[in-house]
Amino acid sequence: MNVEILARIQFAFTIAFHYIYPPLSIGLGLIMTIMEGLYLKTGRKLYEQMARFYVRIFALIFGIGVATGIVMEFEFGTNWAVYSKYVGDVFGSALAAEGIFAFALESGFLGILLFGWNKVRPGVHFFSTVMVTLGSMFSAVWIVVANSWQQTPAGYHIVGTGLNARAEITDFWAMVFNPSSVSRLTHVWIGSFLAGAFLVLSISAFYLLRNRHTHFARISFKIALAVATFFSLAQLAVGHSSAEVVAEYQPAKLAALEGHYDGTKAADMYLFGYVDQKNNQTKGIAIPGGLSFLTKGDFKTPVTGLNNFKPEDRPGAVNFVFQTYHLMVAIGMFLIALTLYASFLWWRGTLFEKRWLLYIFSFSVLLPQIANQVGWYSAEVGRQPWVVYGLLRTSKALSQAVSAEQILFSLILFTVVYVILFILFIYLLNKKIKHGPYDNHNIDHSPRHIEMADSL
Amino acid sequence: MATFIGIDYQTWWFLLIGAVFTGYIILDGFDLGAGALHLFFNKEESRRIALNAIGPVWDGNEVWIVIGGGALFAGFPEVYATMLSAFYIPFMLFLVAIIFRAISIEFRSKEPMAWWRKMWDVSYSISSALIAFLLGIILGNVTQGINMGADHVFRGSFTEFLNPYALLTGVTTLALLMMHGSIYLVMKTENRMYTKLTMMVRNTTIFFVIMILLTSFYTLLYLPHMAAVIRRYPELFFVPVLMVLAIANITRQITKRKYMFAFISSAVTISLLMVLVAMELYPNMLLSKQSAAYHLTVYNAASSQKTLGIMLTVAAIGVPLVAGYTTFVFMTFKGKVELDEMSY
Repeated sequence: MNVEILARIQFAFTIAFHYIYPPLSIGLGLIMTIMEGLYLKTGRKLYEQMARFYVRIFALIFGIGVATGIVMEFEFGTNWAVYSKYVGDVFGSALAAEGIFAFALESGFLGILLFGWNKVRPGVHFFSTVMVTLGSMFSAVWIVVANSWQQTPAGYHIVGTGLNARAEITDFWAMVFNPSSVSRLTHVWIGSFLAGAFLVLSISAFYLLRNRHTHFARISFKIALAVATFFSLAQLAVGHSSAEVVAEYQPAKLAALEGHYDGTKAADMYLFGYVDQKNNQTKGIAIPGGLSFLTKGDFKTPVTGLNNFKPEDRPGAVNFVFQTYHLMVAIGMFLIALTLYASFLWWRGTLFEKRWLLYIFSFSVLLPQIANQVGWYSAEVGRQPWVVYGLLRTSKALSQAVSAEQILFSLILFTVVYVILFILFIYLLNKKIKHGPYDNHNIDHSPRHIEMADSL
Repeated sequence: MATFIGIDYQTWWFLLIGAVFTGYIILDGFDLGAGALHLFFNKEESRRIALNAIGPVWDGNEVWIVIGGGALFAGFPEVYATMLSAFYIPFMLFLVAIIFRAISIEFRSKEPMAWWRKMWDVSYSISSALIAFLLGIILGNVTQGINMGADHVFRGSFTEFLNPYALLTGVTTLALLMMHGSIYLVMKTENRMYTKLTMMVRNTTIFFVIMILLTSFYTLLYLPHMAAVIRRYPELFFVPVLMVLAIANITRQITKRKYMFAFISSAVTISLLMVLVAMELYPNMLLSKQSAAYHLTVYNAASSQKTLGIMLTVAAIGVPLVAGYTTFVFMTFKGKVELDEMSY
């Protein structure tokens, strides 16, 4: 395999694995904030137990998120040196801002969140929870801004040529608010809130099915369901506006998302299908002219198709982009149906009476996770062959100092490490969930360390 | 060229990034050092205390390398890109060690079995020591320069990073951080563990003094360019003098059992070491072994003036904020370690 493919696989693997965790942190952060806020407001012990329980789950997720995230920051330079030089002036400042405003905030207050329950007043602890949540949300801001700039570059000019060419900022705020930043950031945030909310829904549904901690689980379930319903619906609107930006600024990507080839015709919108890349056509069940309607306002107007682009300017894996995109949309629709139905039962007062629904919910944590993953696959593979859209090709962005063997070595290394890490993560998460929320009557009062030191 | 208080932006960023990495080595340094010493504690209880001494702060400390990496990317993309792609294998090992270290701390307390805890103790200690050692290896190679030509692309094999000088700086860094970490731990413990640590402080300090002497001799004999600036400006000789005084003060404070002052002295030692390296490198950031014309300097590797200016604003807002709440967190957990149900 050549260096480019290996570098892409290595980067894609490490970032996909990393992306399991930050959305859960952001989403769980929001839920923890709500729970602890309710505790402060009402003083009810139950809310405190909830907050403490989910903080322990959060700690596990957050720790892995940070460790796998540090890898990403350095892999821009290790795998993509030419890219790093090209975008450093623009991308680097966003990344540095992320470090100082976001990571420092969340990691700084994490200590108090985890270990400060008995050290600071409840108000100060709540403040720390809010800061950790805000920090994790800010961390999404800057990295999504940087990535959005790669999709829809703005506020820059190109200096130099060939390998010495680079983008320099001309207008910082135009760079930050490039055409796709806001819609993509909102899309990512909501995807994260859903990931967190469905984790809580799954855990609560699991308890209810097992008839354990039922009171605790019912209240947690309702809090998470309210969050999940609201954001499932919001995601539809935000996702749509994100697609409109793609339609305007990345026509080749839009064409790949819907497998649309012939630019002289109206574009259909597929419910599901298959892209036959050899014959430049797409088969499946579609709403005729649906894409034209969504992007141009009527069913007849032609939409730019892949045939309008030279083969070397099209994404290489059209079917992959098509399938991942459609899977994301399908999951989004299913989540809307699921949460609306559950909310309807809640309103009727029969929410916890249907066991089959609880079964679905107990596995539902996987759905936003899968949607988040495949959504990013379609966004990033759909951007190909460009690493910076229209400016820098992925094939030209590689590190010249790095050989295929070195990348293969790191790929194998990270695969082994991450597989072990994932197994341990699932094992420990499962254990924490089975152990259940902390019961204050069974506090295992660890001996104070004076006694311990004496036993040395 | 834009300036701020008479100093150009490039130099400001050289200083700022240097300060961030110094902060990283001082802060993460003590928990890396504590990790490297971990296996010298034999009892489960003392290992837990050692772990919880860094428990609430290690994650925040680690953020400094993220900030430093981001600042280097933004301020000097050429240096960031050239260094990381040149040191590909060492950095990959560094990153894997960072992961192992984080999960060892996180996972260790989650199961009571002895084999489980022992496994994570070993992985925690080895990864901590490896990180310290690799930092030293990278420093040793940065001071010697790397094999790159006019295109600033490294043309060599990673085995050349394992040269005698780099191995020496690697072990010296490990010794430095072990000393730094043991002084931190002694401040956080009581009774018999404290007594044991006072011995460790003494031993690691001796280890460090031997290593820094060897490294200094080696540098003066074989890396004359790393003393050129001081030869040219003899008045700068006060920097190594101060460093020696700081090291001497560590031993003095240790004998007086004033560990807080010993810790400050060891932090000052780290800072002065970094100042020495920075002073001798400036205005270069990454040396080429082939020709001085191919060095990456703060001028040929920097981002645009506009970006450096924007980043100065970001730093001016961000750094005081971070310093403020980092202090708050450290104050919250000041004093001796107490284990409770939330501990690792």
